[in-house]
Amino acid sequence: MKARVYVTLKPSVFDPQGRVVADALVTLGYQDVKDVRQGKFFEVELADADPATAKARVTEMADKLLANPVIESYRVEVLDDGQRAAVQSPEFSQTP
Amino acid sequence: MKFSVIVFPGSNSDHDALYAASRVVGEQAALVWHKDTDLNGADVVILPGGFAHGDYLRTGAIARFSPIMGAVKAFAERGGPVLGICNGFQVLLEAGLLPGAMVRNDRIKFVSQLVPVRVEHTDTPFTAACSPKQILRLPIAHGEGNYYAPPDVLASLEANRQVIFRYASAAGEIGTEWNPNGSLNNIAGICNRERNVVGLMPHPERASEESLGSADGRLVLASAIKALASASR
Repeated sequence: MKARVYVTLKPSVFDPQGRVVADALVTLGYQDVKDVRQGKFFEVELADADPATAKARVTEMADKLLANPVIESYRVEVLDDGQRAAVQSPEFSQTP
Repeated sequence: MKFSVIVFPGSNSDHDALYAASRVVGEQAALVWHKDTDLNGADVVILPGGFAHGDYLRTGAIARFSPIMGAVKAFAERGGPVLGICNGFQVLLEAGLLPGAMVRNDRIKFVSQLVPVRVEHTDTPFTAACSPKQILRLPIAHGEGNYYAPPDVLASLEANRQVIFRYASAAGEIGTEWNPNGSLNNIAGICNRERNVVGLMPHPERASEESLGSADGRLVLASAIKALASASR
C-alpha cells in the first residue's frame, strides 16, 4: 500500500525558492505567473492495512518527521493498489 | 572544566570548536561521536557547524534522532550549558530545545562573510564575558539562517529577553540593511527560557584568534568559564 505526502511552506512563511522560480518563469515569457510555492513530495510504501489506519499512521509520520509544523503544512493521500486515491484529506491539514 | 563537542556525520566545524576550546580558551575538550550515549563528563556541550546527515530532509531534521541527543536533552534539562553553532543551532531547533525554525536565506545565496553581531543580553553562559550591546565581529557561513517563528512565539521571545544576538551595523544599529539572510527581527541567536541553551548562526569558534580576522568569538566560549565559575561560587 502506498501513501503520498505533500509538504509546502505555510502561506505565512516567505518561500524564497518559489519566488525565484516564479521570476524565472516570467523571464521565460510566462507573464501570467503570479506566484510559485515550492514543496516536497514523499511516496511512502506501507505494509497492507486498512486505508483509515494507514492514513492515521502516515499523518503521524508527517507530523513527527516529514514536515516541520512550525513552518510547513502537509497533506496525506492513501492509494489503493489501483493507485486511485482511497482516502484523501480534504485540504491541507494545518492552518497557517 | 570540560567541553564536549558532538560529532555528527557531516559536521565540519567540530575540530574548530575543539581547537578553540582547548588551545585558545585553554580548557579540556573532547569530541563525542553522535552514536555515543553519554557526554563523557561534560560541563559544556557544543553542537558544531556543518551539514549533519547531509542536511537531508531539512537541516538538523535527522540529527535530532542521533543516539547522543537523548543525553544532550537530559543535560540541557538539568541546566547544563549547551551551545549550538550554525548547523548545531538548526539541530537544537529541530530537537525542540529552542523554539522556531530556519528557512532558506531570503536572497537564496549561501552567505559567507564577517559580520557585526550585537550582544543583546549577557545573562547566559555564552555571553557572560561580553558587555551589554557589545559588537562582535563573527563569520557567518550558511544557506539557511533565515530565522522564523510564528508571531506569538516571536513576541514571547522578545518579551522574555531570549534574543541573544542580532545582526547589526558596526555601530550597533539594527536594520534590514544589516540583515544578511532575512531572519525575523535581525535574529542571529536565541536562548531557551531557562537561558542555558543558546543557538547562533555565526561561528565564534572560527573567530577566536586575530590571525583568523577576528578574536571576538573567544568571548563566547570564555563566557562559559566565567558563568560556571560564578555558578559554583
